[in-house]
Amino acid sequence: MGTFQIDFGDAAKPERIIGIDLGTTNSLAAFMDLTGPEIIASPAGERIVPSVVALLEDGSFVAGNAAKARLAQHPGETLYSTKRFMDRAATPLKIGGKQITPPEAGAHVLLELKRSAEAFFGEEISKAVVTVPAYFNDAQRQATKDAGRIAGLEVLRLVNEPTAAALAYGLDKRNQGTIAVYDLGGGTFDISILKLADGIFEVLATNGDTYLGGDDIDQLLMKIALEDIAAEWGAPVDQDAAAVETLRQAVIQAKEQLSFALVTNIDLEYGGKRYQREISRELLERLIQPIVEKTLGPCRQCLEDAKLTPADIDEVVLVGGSTRIPMVRKAVETLFKSKPHTELNPDEVVALGAAIQAGILSGEVKDTLLLDVTPLSLGIETMGGVVTKLIHRNSTIPASETEQFTTALDGQTNVLIHVLQGERELVKDCRSLARFELTGIEPVSAGLARIEVKFLIDANGILNVSAKDTRTGKEQSVEVKPSYGLTDEQVEAMILESITNAEADIRERQVREMRVEADRMLAALENAKQNDAWFELPEADREAIQKAHNELLLAYHGEDYKLIQDQMEKLDKASLVLAENMMNTAVRGALKGTKI
Amino acid sequence: MDYYRVLGIDPKLQLNLNELQQLFYGRSRELHPDRFARAEASVREAALNESSLLNDAYRALKDPVQRAEYFLKNRGFDIGEQGTKDVPPQLLEEVFELNMALEELKSGDDSARPQLATARDQFAALLAQSDVELGQLFEAHDGQPGEAVLKQIRGLLNRRRYIQNLLRDVHGYLSN
Repeated sequence: MGTFQIDFGDAAKPERIIGIDLGTTNSLAAFMDLTGPEIIASPAGERIVPSVVALLEDGSFVAGNAAKARLAQHPGETLYSTKRFMDRAATPLKIGGKQITPPEAGAHVLLELKRSAEAFFGEEISKAVVTVPAYFNDAQRQATKDAGRIAGLEVLRLVNEPTAAALAYGLDKRNQGTIAVYDLGGGTFDISILKLADGIFEVLATNGDTYLGGDDIDQLLMKIALEDIAAEWGAPVDQDAAAVETLRQAVIQAKEQLSFALVTNIDLEYGGKRYQREISRELLERLIQPIVEKTLGPCRQCLEDAKLTPADIDEVVLVGGSTRIPMVRKAVETLFKSKPHTELNPDEVVALGAAIQAGILSGEVKDTLLLDVTPLSLGIETMGGVVTKLIHRNSTIPASETEQFTTALDGQTNVLIHVLQGERELVKDCRSLARFELTGIEPVSAGLARIEVKFLIDANGILNVSAKDTRTGKEQSVEVKPSYGLTDEQVEAMILESITNAEADIRERQVREMRVEADRMLAALENAKQNDAWFELPEADREAIQKAHNELLLAYHGEDYKLIQDQMEKLDKASLVLAENMMNTAVRGALKGTKI
Repeated sequence: MDYYRVLGIDPKLQLNLNELQQLFYGRSRELHPDRFARAEASVREAALNESSLLNDAYRALKDPVQRAEYFLKNRGFDIGEQGTKDVPPQLLEEVFELNMALEELKSGDDSARPQLATARDQFAALLAQSDVELGQLFEAHDGQPGEAVLKQIRGLLNRRRYIQNLLRDVHGYLSN
């Protein structure tokens, strides 16, 4: 071992993949540690990044706590709960004098998490597993993936939030069983039923509502408070965005307190005026009864789809901040006749599960495999505005179906396929995903063309369409026109400018860090030159060391940290003999002074 | 694309579902895209195609009705048509009475409700019975494969689909 030896083992490691929970209200990142998944804290020690984006006076964006702090003062320049708009990815949201699309808003939050992770690991992070509500449709999933790309993150996998939670609970350790995951978050509700067997998590069925969550509870309380205030203060404040935002935060605080106390106050101070109102858990429960009830329908449907009864469910897992509400817990317990698991923090459990899935992808986690399903049926428009189902909901993904198409007119060269998602019979009741246009079909008589189109839903729950002319065997080109989402080119143009900067920042930091290492090594060498061992070295060895030393100095002032690293390794090798001699000298010296 | 071959089993109509699941899990461990996240694009695409085929195969074979439909289709039977000749005559009378009851209900006469509930139970029982018959026909075919049994199976599937539609309709009216 050389004295100057530095461990370069890290360089050989594959690139790190982090797990991210991109939530409606809060977002978190986690990674797979040797002992299990861990939340990644920001340099300031914060584990949670609020999913809030703010536009600053200088025209730049911030996300997370810094943005949340600006909510009340600058409501027009901040955006929250933008995950609810992922369904209309191409429709921009107004923020101050600018407009950003929902995926861009998500990207700012992701970038905040990415930076925290980069500070934490001291290396660039460019790969992630990101969670989505299980009931997210194709457009919402694609928009989430786009948000990653805009933030400079390659989303290797989208994982359904309830499934991630099941992973985090490590319920596979009991080997067998059926579990239900009830996930009521800030903006979305999911229910998933899974079968566990020997490390395989097979989702049997999933259901939900992507517009149901804690935000809706806040709205109910807001309505009451706003009416009160209008009466007490003599004028409504509904149009005063700053007042509404301050009240919203007061209402959320009261709501959260009612999970632990039976009575609390909604307390608002605004513009020199004060509003206080006592609110009891009983009143809250009466208000939210319809919301809780609304979650039970999807639960029953999910059981039916899984061909199970409540008695078949062995364990129930609660996820999402809204499951802290005692009434929600009771409703779940009553329905599934089983006391729900609440050991893990419901705000963190999804991110932890995402980290485990990242570990599965990297190969660190073995023997565990997720088999998830598509939440909604996929179909195409046929004659009379009817939807013909191709892939049914709750099909294990990846899933595929092929369909034959032909032309209706002589010489027709294009065929348009309208793809929809949903359970209803008619086109107008389903969600339009995209129109796929088969172009460049060989012009032949009507009905003679034979185009085989393959619809494939990948492991992310995202549709891929490919086509083949079965007469010629040639790949048929397919043009995608998303109904509500962004095109590839649009996403490309949105990629945050700051990303390229962030990459430059990382390079700079890497060089800086490597110089610190080099300083240490050079100082150690200078020290060694004072040692007898240096003078005892053969001339050739001394020259070799000096040469490596000079080369390192040359690299030191460059911008390439890899080169510095390489030269350090060379110097380390060249000085190996010196280090050994020093050891021997030291031993001799020690022996000299020893009296036997 | 033979689903039986994808799972590596003999083309029988009767299958042991536990064994089928074990095979499916085992193949999933080998083929799932998660296992190839770091591989090059062509390998990842192959894994995607193979595992979707595996999932499609398992989905079709684990359900007896879908399995029978797949089996018949592969042997050249047209399974899409629903011939009324396969509907048992005694059922036609039931259907006639049912339609009257449904009309009454639609015109706001709730007195038809109990009759509908009875009909629902009756159809559910018929459905359960057709499942038993399907199992018997599967056994007959696996013992001595032949066109005749397959035709019987097709007839049973048509009847079953008819009953299922009735059940769905009644169910829909009752829950509204």
